[in-house]
Formats: sequence, C-alpha cells, structure tokens
Amino acid sequence: MKLIFELSKTGRAAADIPQSDIPETDIASFIDTKYLRDNLDLPEVSESDLVRHYTNLSRRNFGVDLGFYPLGSCTMKYNPKINESVAAFPEFTSLHPYAPEAFAQGNLQLLHTMQRILCNIFGMVEFTLQPAAGAHGELTGVMMIKKYFEQKGENRRIILIPDTAHGTNPASGALCGFETVTLRSNNKGGVDLEHLAELMGEEVAALMLTNPNTLGLFERNIEKVAQIVHNKGGLLYGDGANANAFLGKTRPGDLGFDVIQLNLHKTFSTPHGGGGPGSGPVGVGPRLVDFLPVPRIIRKGQELCWSDNFPHTIGRVRAFYGNFNVIVKACTYIMSLGAKGLVRAAEIAVLNANYIKEKLKPYYDLPYDRVCMHECVFSGRRQEAESGVHTTDIAKRLIDFGYHPPTIYFPLIVPEAIMIEPTETESKETLDEFCNAMIAIAKEAKECPQRLKGAPLSTSVARLDEVLAARKPDVVWKKA
Amino acid sequence: MDYCPHTKEDIAQMQAFIGINSIEELFADIPEKFRLQQIPDMSPALSEQETVALMKMIAGRNKLPRLTFTGAGAYAHYIPAVVSHLIGRAEFYTAYTPYQAEISQGILQAIYEYQTMIARLTGMEIANASMYDGASAMAEAAVLCGKMSGRAKILIARSVHPEYRRVVQTYAWANGYGVQEIPFAASGQLDMGNLYNCLDENVAAVLMQSPNFFGCIEDVTSVANAAHAGGAFLISGFTDGTSLGILKPAGDCGADFVVGEGQSFGNPLNYGGPYLGIFAAREKYMRRIPGRLVGATVDKKGRRGFVLTLQTREQHIRREKATSNICSNESLCALAAGVYLAALGKNLRKLSLLNIYKTQCLKARLLQLPGWKTVFSAPVYNEFAVICPNSWDINKKLENEGVIGGYELTKDYPELGSSLLFCVTELVSKNDIDHICRILK
Repeated sequence: MKLIFELSKTGRAAADIPQSDIPETDIASFIDTKYLRDNLDLPEVSESDLVRHYTNLSRRNFGVDLGFYPLGSCTMKYNPKINESVAAFPEFTSLHPYAPEAFAQGNLQLLHTMQRILCNIFGMVEFTLQPAAGAHGELTGVMMIKKYFEQKGENRRIILIPDTAHGTNPASGALCGFETVTLRSNNKGGVDLEHLAELMGEEVAALMLTNPNTLGLFERNIEKVAQIVHNKGGLLYGDGANANAFLGKTRPGDLGFDVIQLNLHKTFSTPHGGGGPGSGPVGVGPRLVDFLPVPRIIRKGQELCWSDNFPHTIGRVRAFYGNFNVIVKACTYIMSLGAKGLVRAAEIAVLNANYIKEKLKPYYDLPYDRVCMHECVFSGRRQEAESGVHTTDIAKRLIDFGYHPPTIYFPLIVPEAIMIEPTETESKETLDEFCNAMIAIAKEAKECPQRLKGAPLSTSVARLDEVLAARKPDVVWKKA
Repeated sequence: MDYCPHTKEDIAQMQAFIGINSIEELFADIPEKFRLQQIPDMSPALSEQETVALMKMIAGRNKLPRLTFTGAGAYAHYIPAVVSHLIGRAEFYTAYTPYQAEISQGILQAIYEYQTMIARLTGMEIANASMYDGASAMAEAAVLCGKMSGRAKILIARSVHPEYRRVVQTYAWANGYGVQEIPFAASGQLDMGNLYNCLDENVAAVLMQSPNFFGCIEDVTSVANAAHAGGAFLISGFTDGTSLGILKPAGDCGADFVVGEGQSFGNPLNYGGPYLGIFAAREKYMRRIPGRLVGATVDKKGRRGFVLTLQTREQHIRREKATSNICSNESLCALAAGVYLAALGKNLRKLSLLNIYKTQCLKARLLQLPGWKTVFSAPVYNEFAVICPNSWDINKKLENEGVIGGYELTKDYPELGSSLLFCVTELVSKNDIDHICRILK
C-alpha cells in the first residue's frame, strides 16, 4: 500500500479552515519572522483519499472484533460497545481539565466512585487513577516504596523480582534507582521459598510479585511469601496484570500486598487501541497511603474537589488526572457487570483456560501440569525436537487459520513458550475451533513442517525482515 | 450484562471434560482463609438501558461551559469529523500492541506515517510512536539525558508548565538527579543571564517550552547554543501543538530532543486524558530513546512492510537495562493525531494564523479594560498573560455566565500577583470576544 505521503498532491486538503471573522494582519507585526518556519511538509490529500487510505489500513489490522485474540497476559476480552457510547457523551469528552470544580462534579463523582469500587474489589485502602498504563502504575508504585523507606531513613537498594515476571517489573525498579535481583521459581512454578528467605534482607525494599504469575499459576504459599517479606521490613508489590483471574475470589489487600497496579485495558474491558491508551490505577495498603501521587480527590462540604495538599506525596507522575476517558469505559463495564458479573467473569475466564489446557495437553508439552488460572503456558519444544519447527512458526500458521497468535517466548523460563489466555467472553465453540486449529498445526508440524515455516500465506505481507529493520533503521519516511 | 456466552450445558460439558464437578475446584490454590464470599458494597448487575441511564445521570452532574478561555496545556480545537470515524474503526481500536506484524500492518504503517509527520513538524530526524503525555515525555527525556551524560543536574525554565515541572521533579528524584529552576525575564522568556550562571559541568540538560506556559515564544536557538556550550543537552517542548503550523520548530533551532503534548492534534479535551506525548530526537540517539519505534522493512518477496523495531532498547528484552519501562503508549491517540495532521495538511498554517488573529483581538480588547495590563513583552502564539484587578472575581463573573475564564497564574506564580492566562483558539468567534468583554466591562 502507498504511504499517505505518496498520495499527496500540492493544493489538496481534507479539512478546511473557516475564514477569519477578524481582520487579517501581517503576521510579522505580531511575531518576528526569525521565529517563523518557512516550510511545512505535511501530506496534502483529499477527504475521500484520506478516508480510503485509513480504511484500507484498518483492513490490514486484526482486532478483537474480528476474531479470537488469545494473547497471554494481555486479557483481550471483548470490548463492549456500550462503554464506547457512554465515553462519547459530550459531558465526558469536552470538559477542560482545569474547568472549575463546580463544572466537573460528574467527572469527579465518577472518579471517586471508581476509586471506592476498586478498593472494594481489591481490598486496598486507597487508589490513584493517575497512571496512564500498567508500566506507569508500576513506576508509581515503586516510587512510593522508595519514598516510604526514604521517610523511615532506611537505605534499601534492592528489589526482588521472580524469574517469571513481566519485563516491565525490572525496568520499573531500575528507573527508580533500585538494583533488581532475580528470585527463582520452584519446580511447581511458584516462588522458591528458601531462595526468598535467603535473599530477603535488610537491604531489600520489596518483592514485586505477579499473582497469578505469568505461568497462569496462583501462588499457593502467598501467606508465607508475605510473611518472609514483611518480617524483614520489606514491602510486597503486586503486579495486577492478571487480576482477571481472581475478581471476587480473593483480594490482594487481604493476601498481604502493600501496593498493586491494575490494567483497566485488560481486566476491565477497555480497548487497547493498538498499543494504548491504557490506564494503570495503583492501590495501596495503609503503609503507603501518604505517598500517593497528587492531586487527590477530597470532599469539601457537598462538593468533590482536587487537592495537592499531601506533604509526603511522591509528587506528580503526569499532567492532569489520568486517562479519564478510559476510566469512564471501565466504570461503565463494572456497573454493567455488578458484583456477580465480575465473579462470573473470573470463573469463566479460568474455566476457559483450563478447558484449553486439557484439550491441547496431548499435543503440546505442558511444563507445569496443574490447575491453571486465567491462562495456560505450553511449550513448543516437542515440535522443535521432532521437526525443527519453532513456536514462532506455529504462531504464524495460526494467523492463516484466522486467529491472533498467543503470546510467544514468554515467560522466559519456558523454552519455546506458547501462552494462551482465552478470557471469559469466548464461547465453547470458539475454543473448540481454536483447539482444532492448534491440533491440526501440531499434525502439520510433523507431516509438512515447511508449511509452518512459510506461514502466514493469507496476509498482505509475508514474514518481515526484522534483522534488516534493526540493522538499517528506517523510522521516518524520506522522499526517494 | 456479563458478556459471557456460556450456557449451562456448555459449562457442564466443559467441567466434565476437565474432570471437575464445579468451577470452585479451579480456585483451590487460593488458601481458604483468603477466599472471598462476595465483593463488599457492590451494586448488582444492570441492563444496558439501566447502565446508560446511570451514566447519563453522572454525566449530567457536569456543567458544560458555553465557552472556554483556558488552555494551559490542554487545548479546545475543532476536530474534523473524519478523525473519530477513522479511529473508530474496530480493527484499530480493538487491537493490542502490534507484536504480530503480519496482521498489524494497518496500525504499524499508520504509526510510521505519524512518526514521519511528527519528525517533520518538530524539525527533528526521528520520532517515536508516542509517550503517555507531554509531561512524562519531558521527564523521560530528562532522565535519558542524565544517563547519557553522567551528569546529575537538570535545569528547567520556570516558564515551563507547572505540572510538567512537578513531573520532571518526581522522575528526577527517583533517579537521584537534582532539578534547578531558571527564572523568566521581564519579556516572559527564559532569563539568559541566569542560565549562563547556572550552567556548569554537572548540568545534564536544559528544559524549556516554546511557546512557554505564558504563551511566549522563546529564543530557542540562543538557549540551545548556551546549553551546548556548557556541554548539556537541550530538551525543548511546546504548549499547543498547532503552534508548529507557523513557528520555527525547536529542531531547526538546535534542540537535541523535542517533546510535547500532542492532544491538540485531533484529540478531545476528555478532562485531561488520554492524550499523547510527542517525543522526537536527533537520529544519533535512536538506540537510546524510550518508547516504541515502527520501522520499515521488506518481506521475503521484497514487499514493503512495517515492524516494531530496535526492541533491544525495550523493557521486555533488556529488562532492568532498558532505556525506559514504557510498554503501552497512546497509539490510538497518535493515530488520531496522524489522521488530523494528514487531514489539515498545509492548512495547519492557516489554522495557526487564525489562532493568532483571534488571540491578538481578545488581548487588545481586554487591555482596554480599566486596570488590565500586559505582563510580558515577548511575542505570543494563542495564550497571553494579563494582570487584572482581582482575578478570582473576574473568573467568577465569567463562570456565572457559563464561561470558563483564564487560568489563574497566582497559584503557581505568586510573584505575578492577580493575573490570568487566556487562551483563544479557532473555536472562539468575534461575537464571543464581544460577549466576554461585555461581561467584564
């Protein structure tokens, strides 16, 4: 397909600008010409060309609305349309962030309600809705941990991170000046308690734990884990990326977590937009409340308003108040589901994952064969050993069957990992058809490995040369 | 409504296949004492009709203004109809990050085009796929400069958005860097004399915005020369992105990084988010910058295609050695920005001019009011600061007429006294200007 720049023709425009109702003056009388630009090289296209260009691009993109998207740890559930309709109310979209609070009582009520609901669901004392995404939430959480120890006058420079953790965890620790130390998993896929006890010392600030972890397994020894960490004065951080697994079943606050981040674009059905916007609220227990980012919502008489007046805060982590419009969608979703609907979401998500696990177990290696939560992790090592087919080939072949591939090569402790998260919004028929495709691919791997290596055949482009892309980076188009 | 398609029979069959009698058995790993019976204090499920009614009621507690004269980092602009229609294509908005390039060419190409437009607009060689917002983009650029230079001090103009300064402060503290403010001169521009005094061998970067928070256009070239003479990087931002339609971009003035808020390009105000952080840089820093990058390449048949590239900078490969922890960015907002910029094309310059004419008109009219005085002498884009008798009363008067007035500068700049920062965009008509002048007379 052509680039928008290749469609450009001097003199065209898809958007017009009204005539000025104020007499036009020589711009130089307001602004010295040394401050003005002499070129503006943007595409010039007609409206119909513009619409066809982006519509055709959209046809080269796969979203949940097109089909099953079992991307592990990303919780690609259906994005209800009602959320979009509500978020498009002009009352929600058109208010300026600095509108006087008297104009914004609806927004403030929505945010305040959302904080309270999240506290109830997750058993935390308070939530901030400011972080723009999960990793931003992690950063906010780790900053609060840093501030907490700074306040106590303790110099703790280490954060423990299990080998099953998301890559964002170690990066978030490092971005706050912490040294990260890897905690081993045991042969059941849980935390190696002995290793934890050995590592846990006075210089360790926190353990960042994803629970259920990236193997899709719930940490059975969570109580002991929390004890070991807390007994040495450390804090327990929870990566809530996988929160869809336990809604209404248990609460991180009750399990001993001092701080958790959520991903509204995973657990609470807001669309991910092809890479954002997300929203990463952070919940805290009593130890960290004072350090929450500002501003926070407070009540003044009948009115809700913003306050910066929290002396121990870590400060601000972004401008304004958070990805408000994303929060509107998540709030709509929670209101629709209600208490029972949230529990059912978790139950069916876990049922679906276990169903896939059992169906595919005979065909793919399952390194940790136990009841899983919302996702299951297979290994393609059998296919690799038998026919030299790699997990990436299996994934690419799935595209030809009409599916978005699962997450692959993650978690790192599983060789040739295939991480499948079906979510609760997929029917038994969808799961059956998907499993049939996976089984057919396992068969193809034996009989016709070349077909996998040549996949996908059904897409607008075949496999792309990523080495070339990295060796000779071309990230901005230049006229030939 | 819970969106689960499962019938009772489906569940029974699936349980039988797994070999369990109840779904409860699947949660046996959660220790009994931590099992929750029900979520406390949660309302029951609502039908779609009831949900809409509830959300309408909440929305109805907002009051929509007739006019908004506040900018201060978020700008009310007209958004062409094509933008919402195109970004509303479910193939775009219901997708995840394009990890599987072959079925994500749509968003990948659109972001590659966005990167190109941003690079051209900012006068830089490269741009990434977006950051969370303008403030965090600036903060991440500052941290990067600290790491690249091995220096521990950040200089930031006091004329940078107050919330951006706080965000930079937070990120700098977390990384052990100090932040020092550079005051503004009587012109409203950065005080060059003070900058020279503060530039020493510990300074990693100088941070500024042009137009700055007061709407004043800065002499970026002079600041860049000073920063570079001191061995520091220059990170230059902007307030309203539409100013780039007419103002010389910081990239053409010697900045090393251009960061800023991209909301003005086709994204609604949304009470502060989601917006998008623009991050553009010199090509030589490509392997160090945070965030996703889309790159062009070819498939095995030689056809052009696009992939996420240079991922070895990123957290999921480099883990604790990554240049940033950013993962999700603001892709759909960047898509909106790309569509907006492609829709306007060279008309962006006309839009900038319209903003300037209207701003100058309101400024001249307000300065005719008794006791109203201009604050700064530097040229402005679409915002300007005025000293006025009792800013709080003035805004209340406007509010009573359903008008959101100027941003009260006093809370962040007590040294300015009673003062307001007004913003005028193309959405304000001459009649509107007459209207508010009548109210204030």
